[in-house]
Amino acid sequence: MSFEDHVGDAFAEPRARGGRAPDVFTPGGYVPMRQYDDDEEVDFAIVGTGAGGGTLLCRLAEKGFTAIGFDAGPFFRPLEDFASDETEQTKLYWTGNRIVEGNDWLIMGAKNSGRAVGGSTVHFAMVSLRFRPEWFKARSKMGYGADWPLDWREMWRYYEEAEQALAISGPIDYPWGPKRPRYPYRAHPVNAAGMVLARGAEALGMAWSPTPLATVSAPRGKSPPCVYRGFCRFGCSTNAKQSALIVWIPRAMAAGAEVRDLAMVGRIETDRRGLATGVHYRREGQWRFQRARNVVVAGYAVETPRLLLMSANDRFPDGLANSSGLVGKNLMTQPNQAVFGEVDEEIRWYKAPPSTTVTEHWNYDDNKDFHGGYCWMAQGPLPIEWATVLTGSRGLWGAALREEMTKYNHMVGVKMVGEAMADERNRVTLDEEKDDDGLPIARIHYAWTQNDEALIRHALDQMELSMKAAGVRNTFRQEQDANHLGGTARMGDDPRASVVDADCRSWDIGNLWVCDGSVFPTVGGVNPSLTIQAVALRTADRIEQLAKRGELCRRA
Amino acid sequence: MTDRFPGYDVLLKRNTLSWNEATRRAIDARLSVHPGPRFFSSDEWKTLRALCGRIIPQPADRPPVPIAAYIDEKMFANRVDGYRFAQMLPQGEAWKAALAALDAAARERRKLPFHELPPADQDVMISLMAENRLVGPLWRGMPSQLFFARRVLHDVVNAYYSHPTAWSEIGWGGPASPRGYVRLDADRRDPWEAVEAHPEEEQDRARAENRHVV
Ligand SMILES: Cc1cc2nc3c(=O)[nH]c(=O)nc-3n(C[C@H](O)[C@H](O)[C@H](O)COP(=O)(O)OP(=O)(O)OC[C@H]3O[C@@H](n4cnc5c(N)ncnc54)[C@H](O)[C@@H]3O)c2cc1C
Ligand code: SF4
Repeated sequence: MSFEDHVGDAFAEPRARGGRAPDVFTPGGYVPMRQYDDDEEVDFAIVGTGAGGGTLLCRLAEKGFTAIGFDAGPFFRPLEDFASDETEQTKLYWTGNRIVEGNDWLIMGAKNSGRAVGGSTVHFAMVSLRFRPEWFKARSKMGYGADWPLDWREMWRYYEEAEQALAISGPIDYPWGPKRPRYPYRAHPVNAAGMVLARGAEALGMAWSPTPLATVSAPRGKSPPCVYRGFCRFGCSTNAKQSALIVWIPRAMAAGAEVRDLAMVGRIETDRRGLATGVHYRREGQWRFQRARNVVVAGYAVETPRLLLMSANDRFPDGLANSSGLVGKNLMTQPNQAVFGEVDEEIRWYKAPPSTTVTEHWNYDDNKDFHGGYCWMAQGPLPIEWATVLTGSRGLWGAALREEMTKYNHMVGVKMVGEAMADERNRVTLDEEKDDDGLPIARIHYAWTQNDEALIRHALDQMELSMKAAGVRNTFRQEQDANHLGGTARMGDDPRASVVDADCRSWDIGNLWVCDGSVFPTVGGVNPSLTIQAVALRTADRIEQLAKRGELCRRA
Repeated sequence: MTDRFPGYDVLLKRNTLSWNEATRRAIDARLSVHPGPRFFSSDEWKTLRALCGRIIPQPADRPPVPIAAYIDEKMFANRVDGYRFAQMLPQGEAWKAALAALDAAARERRKLPFHELPPADQDVMISLMAENRLVGPLWRGMPSQLFFARRVLHDVVNAYYSHPTAWSEIGWGGPASPRGYVRLDADRRDPWEAVEAHPEEEQDRARAENRHVV
């Protein structure tokens, strides 16, 4: 049988239908999937199946709720669909147009959002870190940003649950923060690029650690161990990576959830009482309406506010859940600057996941004259990414670029993930331009705050010191880069100053929820996905409790 | 330019465990790209090809990577990147406007179409664009510097480094599924990775070894 016969094109038509969905672990295989009629009022319609939505879909289904996860993107079969190729794999990203503006405008697409069942976790770099406990109370404990309405001790339990579910590979002892249990799977070997970070950290007297990663270091169920092919950010074709696509989605469907791939939700409907009644979505060229008792938006920090704003109606003229006026505001990205240089040894940094080591030193050392913290990690860019760094940061082109590129196997570097401050001027709004579905595209304004700039300077200096101390020559800085999004539907204690409460339920519409990176009031100095998943796990538990108490459907 | 990886050809691994079927399909399609132009006019095409030739000058002793064809294909298929700076035109329109503007600037300053300028003069024009010193209504509000950074460098460099020839040139392992790698330490090479000819060494030894890198 040829490939096309049994697999077909993930974009041509939906794969999850006819009572079955792709079995991501078996070429050409299917698993049975429950399906609901549009007229059947399901307990939950969840928009987006990534870190937040995928996790919630799974846990709600496992608790016995009827639930459908909608995703605008396709249902990939990693074993068959994923090439080892940077260009081909851009199919994983949200590449629909967005207008970007502002002093430090954001590069979207490949740099920060996915569009697939499994969301951005299909191409994330698997770094799975916990927040520093104080960050959950950044305002009262550290004097900046806003407090989360959550307690870190409770979150610590959910982090553990997430780490177990994802079989995180990590060290026995993690050097920073309160004690945590050892990671479920042993740490991955540190590659040559990771050793240079270690050398640099030790020279500066800083701790370092093998990075806790969401890819298995030994077989797990149907996942084989990681083979260190290094294409993690372009999709893992072996299923070693514990993405939402291979962890939460199969579990969700086994528990009775439906997944609708290639289903773009364009509008959430509300009734006269001001409650959500379901979602309008476009699948196979047709607009349809799914009835639901609850709607959860989990489209990530650009698409979530976009959908809430697009759903404006007479009763909610400024968009849904927006009585605070904060939907779309306080967008935060994370500074992602780097320092690179050359060594004599052959590093060949394309081997293994890109970040096998990390130092969180400056997340836990408060001896700095700005707010927030950052970590840095070893790097392993593939050729196009690397060429982009050389053109962008050093202005190289022509013969000089080609010559410099031939040093690829001798390059090393470290990249930060930093804590940006929330600022209402950084925001997502709707543009006049329309996309292929006839929906207004997002317009994204971004500029670093002064604090961000101070943090970035500090980090660049520290990273450069460490690289030099590790014996790296001809170091240079990548001064402009950002990744990871948050903040545009922040959670809080006060309906006037937040969009959702601690349970991710919107203050305005009792059966409308947001469960993704958008709810972060602060982003901390670590990658967000483990926290997104931990919050989703908590939300599922809270929904179960609220349902038991008959408090699920609160009136507006 | 130094040949650091003499004789290394990443395509020799095409039928090994380093390439899965999806990769073979993707790369086969890339190697048989439509020669173009389907999107650009013949005038634009001349300017584009000359520009690509300066951003990535290619050696005469091997078949060149068809960079302009990749850009033409990307614009023809309207494969967008997922964002557009507010002052920029949509990608295809941006390219057409800028190629016309660059060519007009060459004619105005050097009395020749861009593609007929000697390479050194083409580089001067490119530098002017990169420094935001090309202005005028033909740019339709786009800062030339932004066009250079976000479109020229982005599209040209992405196209070149998506080609196996460029991968071989830099000694990258290339596609690696399902086999991946085993030796992760510094100065350790899996047998299916390129051998580097250290400048002081004989190129021949590396060349001979690279024939067996599969
Ligand atoms: C290259 C890269 C590397 C990264 N590496 C790491 C890392 O190492 N560690 C880490 O913690 N984080 C990492 N991240 C970030 C992480 O992947 C995201 O923060 C996280 O996945 C966000 O989760 P989410 O649930 O908010 O959204 P997503 O996971 O992005 O899921 C949102 C989903 O919603 C769908 N959607 C949106 N709008 C609609 C709509 N209207 N209708 C239907 N569907 C819709 C989208 O198609 C998408 O699938 C990385 C991100 C990128 C891009
Ligand atoms: S390095 Fe491991 S996790 Fe990354 S793509 Fe390869 S097998 Fe998957």
